[in-house]
Amino acid sequence: MGADFVQLSLTPLLMGVLASVACALPGNFLILRRQALIGDAISHVVLPGIVVAFLLTGAISTWPMMLGAAGAAVAAVVMIEAIKRLGRIEPGAAMGVSFTTLFAFGVLLLEQSDTSTVHLDVEHALYGNLESLIWFAAEDWSSLADPAALANLPPELGRIAFVTLIIIAGLALFWRPLEISTFDEAYANSIGIPTGALSFGLVVAAAIAAVAAFDAVGSIIVIAMFICPPAAARLMTNRLDRQIAWSVVFAALSAILGYVFAGYGPLWFGAENAVSAAGMIATVSGVILGLACLFAPHRSRIAAPAEAGAQS
Amino acid sequence: MTELLNALLLQSGYNAALVAVSAAMLGIAAGSSGTFLFLRKRALLSDAVAHATLPGVGVAFIVMVMLGGEGRDLIGLLAGSAISAFAGLLAVEWITKHTRLAEDAAIGAVLSVFFGFGIVLLTIIQTMSSGKQAGLESFLLGSTAGMLFQDALVIAIGGTLAVVATYTFRRPMTLVAFDADFAAASGRNVERIDLAIMGLVMAVTVIGLKLVGLILIVAMLIIPSVAARFWTNHTNNLIWIAGAFGGVSAYVGTAISAAAPSIPTGPVIVLICFAIFAFSMMFAPNRGVVAALAARRIFQIRVHRRQGLLAIARDEAIHDGLTLKVLTRAGFIRPDGVPTAEGRTQAAKALRDEKRWEVARAMNRDVAVIGRYDGLTPIETVLTNDEIAEIDRRINARAPLGGAG
Repeated sequence: MGADFVQLSLTPLLMGVLASVACALPGNFLILRRQALIGDAISHVVLPGIVVAFLLTGAISTWPMMLGAAGAAVAAVVMIEAIKRLGRIEPGAAMGVSFTTLFAFGVLLLEQSDTSTVHLDVEHALYGNLESLIWFAAEDWSSLADPAALANLPPELGRIAFVTLIIIAGLALFWRPLEISTFDEAYANSIGIPTGALSFGLVVAAAIAAVAAFDAVGSIIVIAMFICPPAAARLMTNRLDRQIAWSVVFAALSAILGYVFAGYGPLWFGAENAVSAAGMIATVSGVILGLACLFAPHRSRIAAPAEAGAQS
Repeated sequence: MTELLNALLLQSGYNAALVAVSAAMLGIAAGSSGTFLFLRKRALLSDAVAHATLPGVGVAFIVMVMLGGEGRDLIGLLAGSAISAFAGLLAVEWITKHTRLAEDAAIGAVLSVFFGFGIVLLTIIQTMSSGKQAGLESFLLGSTAGMLFQDALVIAIGGTLAVVATYTFRRPMTLVAFDADFAAASGRNVERIDLAIMGLVMAVTVIGLKLVGLILIVAMLIIPSVAARFWTNHTNNLIWIAGAFGGVSAYVGTAISAAAPSIPTGPVIVLICFAIFAFSMMFAPNRGVVAALAARRIFQIRVHRRQGLLAIARDEAIHDGLTLKVLTRAGFIRPDGVPTAEGRTQAAKALRDEKRWEVARAMNRDVAVIGRYDGLTPIETVLTNDEIAEIDRRINARAPLGGAG
């Protein structure tokens, strides 16, 4: 836990935790609203957005790509709504049509355009490159107080921290209306909450989290973190605030354990190379969800645990 | 262009021809079996199944290498992927049944976790000495370039078997997909038939892995049936139209990719599927967007024509622009707004029809008939001459009493 750790592992760990938390927060509401697969759709359409942004600007620069990805997410939501309404198709199928088509379009563009000179390919889009976020300027823990070294932190870290803060702020700001409209949309409408705008805002927040996380950790973590920690948290409690707290804990735990297992786990088994950190984080989040499904106090659909115990 | 034509006519080599034919079989199988998923409103379950194949591919490779084999045997890899896809499917079913999480959360959790674990296995394989050239990444997006003859044969035979299975079990599957409660009430084992549907979908997914990859096989399962839904209201037709759409897009897509090798096969197939879907959504009769807009416009014109005629009959002034236009075009009024003789006649007829309907509804007889009153349908098309004569009699009988009543 010395200089090596600060230089090699501190940034990826922080990055993983922040990305996981940023995705898990909006994920709580998506799960409760039965829109979990919107997260799946968004993470697929980020690819065409980024490719189009790259083709338009001709360079891998952050803001155009973020804009392109966010634009693609919004386009996907509009496309899903259009197919649902114009074609009178059920939402699941409309979603399936939209995101697979957009993803195929992204892959085709990527293969057709000359991206061989830059680091942009489908594998990277899928499982990111968490391990490469090395803080070269760091010497040891004292670098955390050294402005010159801090200025050399990988820029992805600053971005994801910024996005996480924005999402937390948005959540705090719209907490009450979000809570009401998630549990009782008709009532929320009747007291004048603009539920349509709120619902769209939630999707946009999810898209922003997805895009920022995607940048460094790839789309698998994005889908896994949208769904697994909130779903596990849902089985722990009946209160929304506690559910969100649990989901943050689970997300951070998945990120830390996943990164450690990926980096050090193979060494314990005598292998020499690390495995994919993004994949491992998703796997750990799945294990946590599995444990929650088996043992969590509020896992069953019927009643709270005390009542269930009284019956048996 | 000639290259594309050659590929379409199976003239660009034996291997390419076999790949195109096997792709077409796969497309037909995917389109027709996907129909059941779509009707059962579980289209996205295929997404979980497809992503869940990845760890199986990895495990199968590792096991085959450990047993001293080469590890790239397609049948072995497909068997592994089928097992893990089945495990994923069971996980979704179990979570939905035994916890309070909804199916969408279960699908998302399973697909991301299985896929993540699969990626972990792939990175392990890359570090194995025999894994450097394994090319297992091709299972993500599929590839036809350099496909072995045996591989194409496996896909062709598998696709054919899936089509045969779809044909054999289409009746019970249709029944369950269409109305599960009725199927259960008539003594069918819904759970087992559901499992058979999923088994079929799983088989198609596994067979399609090599060709279009696990991310895009979902599109081949979903899009053709959604597109076919615009053209028919009959389940039986739906299955085969979807199969045809799937087959055509897979065949044409493979041909395009064979003619221009830089174009990846999977995405092209999906985009052709989507083009068929978009065309269907816009231009299909009855359910298409254009047809719906046209029907709306025709209805609008009929309403304005009727209301305009009634206004003429009651000597009311007409101000609405569309009404004036409709009446002028039909020759019922002159451009200056004065009714023509023909207009007067039609107006009188419309007013009489309206009166007859009024009486008919007051008589409150057969609801099925009276319920067809929409202010547009002529009463002659609904009631018999005798009934109309009776209505007229009542109108005439009531007229003298009008002042008193």
